Amino acid sequence: MAANIQAKEKIPVWRDERYLSAATQIISSIVVLGLLYWMAENFTEITQQRGISLSYKFLSEPAGFPISESTIPYDPTMSFGRAFLVGLVNTLNVSVIGIIFATVLGFIIGLARLSSNWLFNRLAVAYIEFHRNIPLLVLLFLWYFAVFNRLPSVKDSIVLPGPIYLNLRGLYLTWPRLTETGNIFLGLLIGGLVLAILAWNILIRIRERTGRETYYVPIAFGLLIIFPLIGWFAAGGNPIWLDVPVLEGFNYKNGMRLTPEFGAILVGLTTYTAAFIAEVIRGGIQAVQLGQTEAARAVGLRKTHVLRLIVIPQAMRIIIPPLISQYLNLTKNSSLALAIGYQDLFAIGKVTINQAGRAVPVFIMVMVTYLMLSLITSFILNIYNRRIQFVER
Amino acid sequence: MIVKPNTQSPPDPPGPVAWLIKNLFSNWFNSLLTLISLSIIYFAAASVLSWVFTTADWRPVVGAPLLYLIGQYPRDQMWRPGLSLWLIMFLIGMSWGVWEKYVKAFAIFLAILLGIFAIVPLETATITLGVRAAFLINPVLIYLGYLIGKNKIVNGQHVITLWIFVSSLIVLVLLPGFEGIPFLPKVETTVWGGLLVTLLLAVGGIVLSFPIGVLLALGRRSSLPVVKIFSILFIEVIRGVPLITILFMFSIILALFLPAESRIDRVLRALIGMTVFSAAYMAENVRGGLQSIPPGQIEAARAIGLNNFQTMVLIVLPQALRAVIPSIVGQFISLFKDTTLVVIVGINDLLGIGKSILGSDPEFVRLQAEMYIFIALIFWVFSYFMSQASLKLEKTLGVGVR
Amino acid sequence: MRKTLWIVSMLIVASLVLAACGGAPASTGVEPVTVVETVIVEVPGETIITQPQGYGTILARVKERGKLVCGGRTDLLGFGYLDDNGNNVGFDTDLCRAVAAAVLGDPTAVEFVPLTAADRGPALQTGEVDLLSRNVTWNSKRDAEWGNFTVTMFYDGQTFIVGSDSGINTLKDMDGATVCVTTGTTTEKNLASAFADAGLTYEAVTFEDTASVYSAYDEGRCDVATSDASQLAAIRVGLQDPAAHKLLGFTISKEYLTPAVPAGDDQWFDLVKTVMWSLITAEEFGITSANVEEMKSSQNGDVRALLGVEGDWGYTQLGVDASALANAITAVGNYGEIYNRYFGADGVFVLDRGPNNLGINGGWLVAPAIK
Repeated sequence: MAANIQAKEKIPVWRDERYLSAATQIISSIVVLGLLYWMAENFTEITQQRGISLSYKFLSEPAGFPISESTIPYDPTMSFGRAFLVGLVNTLNVSVIGIIFATVLGFIIGLARLSSNWLFNRLAVAYIEFHRNIPLLVLLFLWYFAVFNRLPSVKDSIVLPGPIYLNLRGLYLTWPRLTETGNIFLGLLIGGLVLAILAWNILIRIRERTGRETYYVPIAFGLLIIFPLIGWFAAGGNPIWLDVPVLEGFNYKNGMRLTPEFGAILVGLTTYTAAFIAEVIRGGIQAVQLGQTEAARAVGLRKTHVLRLIVIPQAMRIIIPPLISQYLNLTKNSSLALAIGYQDLFAIGKVTINQAGRAVPVFIMVMVTYLMLSLITSFILNIYNRRIQFVER
Repeated sequence: MIVKPNTQSPPDPPGPVAWLIKNLFSNWFNSLLTLISLSIIYFAAASVLSWVFTTADWRPVVGAPLLYLIGQYPRDQMWRPGLSLWLIMFLIGMSWGVWEKYVKAFAIFLAILLGIFAIVPLETATITLGVRAAFLINPVLIYLGYLIGKNKIVNGQHVITLWIFVSSLIVLVLLPGFEGIPFLPKVETTVWGGLLVTLLLAVGGIVLSFPIGVLLALGRRSSLPVVKIFSILFIEVIRGVPLITILFMFSIILALFLPAESRIDRVLRALIGMTVFSAAYMAENVRGGLQSIPPGQIEAARAIGLNNFQTMVLIVLPQALRAVIPSIVGQFISLFKDTTLVVIVGINDLLGIGKSILGSDPEFVRLQAEMYIFIALIFWVFSYFMSQASLKLEKTLGVGVR
Repeated sequence: MRKTLWIVSMLIVASLVLAACGGAPASTGVEPVTVVETVIVEVPGETIITQPQGYGTILARVKERGKLVCGGRTDLLGFGYLDDNGNNVGFDTDLCRAVAAAVLGDPTAVEFVPLTAADRGPALQTGEVDLLSRNVTWNSKRDAEWGNFTVTMFYDGQTFIVGSDSGINTLKDMDGATVCVTTGTTTEKNLASAFADAGLTYEAVTFEDTASVYSAYDEGRCDVATSDASQLAAIRVGLQDPAAHKLLGFTISKEYLTPAVPAGDDQWFDLVKTVMWSLITAEEFGITSANVEEMKSSQNGDVRALLGVEGDWGYTQLGVDASALANAITAVGNYGEIYNRYFGADGVFVLDRGPNNLGINGGWLVAPAIK
C-alpha cells in the first residue's frame, strides 16, 4: 500500500490517469459544446439577418405540387404536412415490400451460391458480383430507363392471364376488392383466424400437460371455416368482387396499378439488396456447416433434417444481425427514389424545400423521420434477434 | 437443393464428359437447374448483345472522353492531370512489383486500357496526337514501375510513403495550384469533374474518415461517460440517416451554421459530407476490431507497466486495425460507389458529367441507357479489382479463419 | 505484422496531415479553437458583420478575387451546357461573361458554380454566388426571399409538347392525361394550378432532371410533357421522330427568366442591371462585338455615352471603368448576337424570337436610356 502511494506521488499531473481522464472529458465537452454553441450563434445571426423563417406553420399551407402516386388521398390543394405524410407512406411501402422480396430473392441466390451445380453456382456468383460492384443509383437509372421505359406502349400491352396488363404506364392487376358490406366478412375472417390460432395453441398445451386428446385440429379448422362462412351470409352474398382493369381513353383504368417508377425502385432495391443478403446467407450457412453437418449425419439425421434442424437454426443466429443492417440499408437507400421519379420521403422533402423555401425545418423533419425509421426497425428486429439467440442456446 | 461448401475445388475429374455429368447433370434436379441457368444466360446474353451492337448509339460515351476523365479542368492546364496520371501509374506499377498478388490484374488491365485509349480512333477533336502520346506513356510507366518494384529497388514501406507523398502532392499542390503562381495557376474545384472528382471523394473520404473513425471507436469504448455519449450519438445518428440527406445538409444547410462571410468550396463540402458519413461506419468497423482483441492482451500490457494510452497505441490498436483492413477495403468500395450520390447535390462527378453530356445535344436525351451502362462498367471494373484484392488480403491476413 | 503496423501508423499520420492542410473546414477537430477566437474578435464590429452584403461589398469582393462567381448549370441545352472541351457555354452563361467583362475586363474571369434547382435559392441567399444566371423564373416570392432580380433577359412561358396525332390542342383535351414534369420548379406548381383552375384531372410523373423528363416522354411514359416553351422546342429536335410531336400554342404561365443578385448591395444590383440593359441597347443601336471600336466615334451621342467615350453613364458611382459596357459588348456581343449564337439559324436549336425581340421591333425587351 505504502509503495503504491509513493508511486503515485512520483507521477506528474500530466501523466496521472485520473487527471488525464477528467481533463479529456472536460476538453471534449468544451470542444463539442463550443462547436455547437458557435454554430447556433452563427445560425441565429444568419437566419435573422436573411429573414429565414424557422416556423413549422407552413405545414398547414396548401402544398400546390402534384405527387405521382399516393396510397392515402392527396391532391395539390392539400397541405405540405399531408404531402410529407404521403412521402412517408411511399417510403414505407417500398421499404417493406422491398425487404420481403429481397429476403426471398437473397435466400434463393444465397443457396444457389452454395449449390453443387456448377452453372447455377456461377450464375449466382455473376449476379452477386454484378450488383455489388455497381452503384445503386446507376442501377436504378438503368432499371428505369433501360427496362421499365422500354416496355410496350398501352396499345401493345403485354397481357398475362388474370388478366394482368403490363405496359410502360405500369402493371395493371385484377385485384380482389371488398363490397360495401365486405367489412363484416373481413372482420369475421380475421376473428376466425385469431380464434383458430389461439384455440390451436391452448389446446395443444392442454394436451401436452394432461395427456388427454383435445381434438385441436378439427376445432381450429372448424373455427377457421365457420366464422368466414357466417361472415359470407351476413354480408349478403359474395363479399369480394374482382376489380378488372379496362382500357379507357389514354390508359387502363381500375384494377390494382403499380407505376413503372414504383416498379423500378422496388426491383432496383430488391435485386441490389438481395445480392448482399445472399452473401450474408452464404456466410451464415458456411459458418456452421463443416463440423456440425458431419456430426449430424453421424448421429443418423437425414440430409433435409440436417439443413432444417441443425444448419438453419444455427445459421440464423449469425445471419440475423447483418440481415438487420441490410434491411436498414434498403430503407435508407429508398431515398434514391427521387432520381427515377418515385416520390418518397426525401423527394417530397426536397420539393417542399423548393416550394415552401423552408430548408431547415423540412430538413430536420426528414432527418428525424429517417432516424426514427432506422431506430424502430432495428429495435423490433433486435428483439427478434435476442429471442432467437436465447431460444437456440 | 444440395447445399455444399464451395470453398475447395473438387479434384480434377477424368474428362469433360464426366465433369459435365458430375457438376451439371448429376440428378434430375441438377439437370433442371442447369437448363434453367442456360436459358437465363441465353436470353440475357442475346438481348444485351443484340442491343449493344445494333440499337445502341454510343455517341454520348465516345464523343467527349476527356470530360469523363477530368470534367471541365482547363484544357490549357491539361498537363497537370496528365502528370498526376503518370505519377499514379508509375506508383501502380511499383505496387504491382511489390505486392504482385493483389495489384497484378489491375495494373495489367490499366496498362492495356490506357494503351487502347491512346490508339483507338475516336471521332473527336479533343483527343489530339499529343494527348494520345501522353496516354501511351502510361503503360510504359507502369512497366517501369513494375521492374523497379520487382527488382527490390524499393520495398513496401517506400511505396507506401511514395503513395502518401505523391497523392498529397497531387491533391494539394498539383491539381488545385496556387493564386499568383504563373506556371501553376489556381484551378477552382468547381471545374474539377468526372472520374477525377469521383476518385478524390472516395479516396479523400476514406483517408480523412480514418482518424476520426478510430477516435470515435475509442470514444465509444471509453469509460469516460461524456466522451462515450458524444461518440455514440454521432455514430448512431449518422448511421441512422441516408447518405443523401447528409450530403444535402452539408451542401445547403451547413452554410447557415458557419459565419456569414465564409465560403466553402462545393467539392470540399461534399467531401466533408462523405467523410462524416464514412467516419461513423469506420468507427463501427474499428470497434469490431477492438472487440476482437482478447482482454489478456490488455492485462498483459498493463502488467508490464504500460499506461492506458500506451496500451491502446502500442498493443491494442495495431492488432485491431490489422484485423479490420479487409472491412476498410470493403467500406472503401461502397464509399466509392456512394460518391455517385453527389450528383444530386449538383457536383459533376462521373455520373454528373454524364448527365451534363446528355444535356449538351438534343439527340443525346434518348441515349440515357448507353451513358449509364458506360458508367456502370467503369464502376464495376474498379470495384471488382478492389474486391478481388480485398479477398486475397483477407486470406493472407487470416481474418475470419480462427 | 510490423509492416502492417507501419502502414497503419503512416496512414494515420498522413490523414492527420491531410486534415490539417486540407483547409480548416475539413478538420472538425481543429475548428473550435479558431471558433472561439472569431467570435471574440468579431463581436465589436457588429455593424459590419450583420450587413455583409452592404453597398459596394460585392464589387469589392469580386475585384479582390479577380473572378466573378456565377451560379449556373451544365446540363441545359442552349442556356447552360458544356461543349466538347468542357467549357461552359449557353445563353445564361454569356450573361455571366458579360458581367465579368464589364467588371474585370475579362469574360473568362468567371467561376461557374453548377447549381441544382434546390440549391440555387440558398446559394443566392447566402451570397455564395455573386450572380445567379441559371434559367431562374422571376416571381415576387423569390424576389422577396432569395435576392434581387435584375432585368428579364428571356421571356418564356410554360407550355406542353404532345404527339401530333394525339388530338390534343387545348388544356381541356388533356383531362386525365399523364404529364411528365420536372420537380422542384415553378413548372410543377403552374401545372397543378392550371389543371385545378380548369377543373381537370391529370397524373404527374416527376423527375429531378430535365433529360429524364424528355427521355420518359419520348418513350411514351407520358401523354404530354410540360416545361418552358424554349426547352420543349430544344428537346423536340432530339426526339426519335421530331415531326410526330408538336408544341401547343398557348402558355399557362409567365416564365420571365431573369439573372438575380444577392440582396443588400444596391451598387452591385444597379451594375448588373446596367450591363443587361447595355446588351439590349447595343442591339437597338446596332453595336456588335465586331464594331465596338468603330462605334466609339459614332455620330450618335447615346452610343458614345454607352461606350464610355463621353459623359458618365453611372460608372463612377458603380465603381467600374468607363469602358465597362463596351467591354461587355466586345466580349459577348449584343443581345441579338447572344440570342442567335444559341437559338438562331446556326444555334443549337432554332427558336423564333417572339417576345424576345426588341421593343422597337414589337418584342418585349426594353431598356432605359444609358447615359
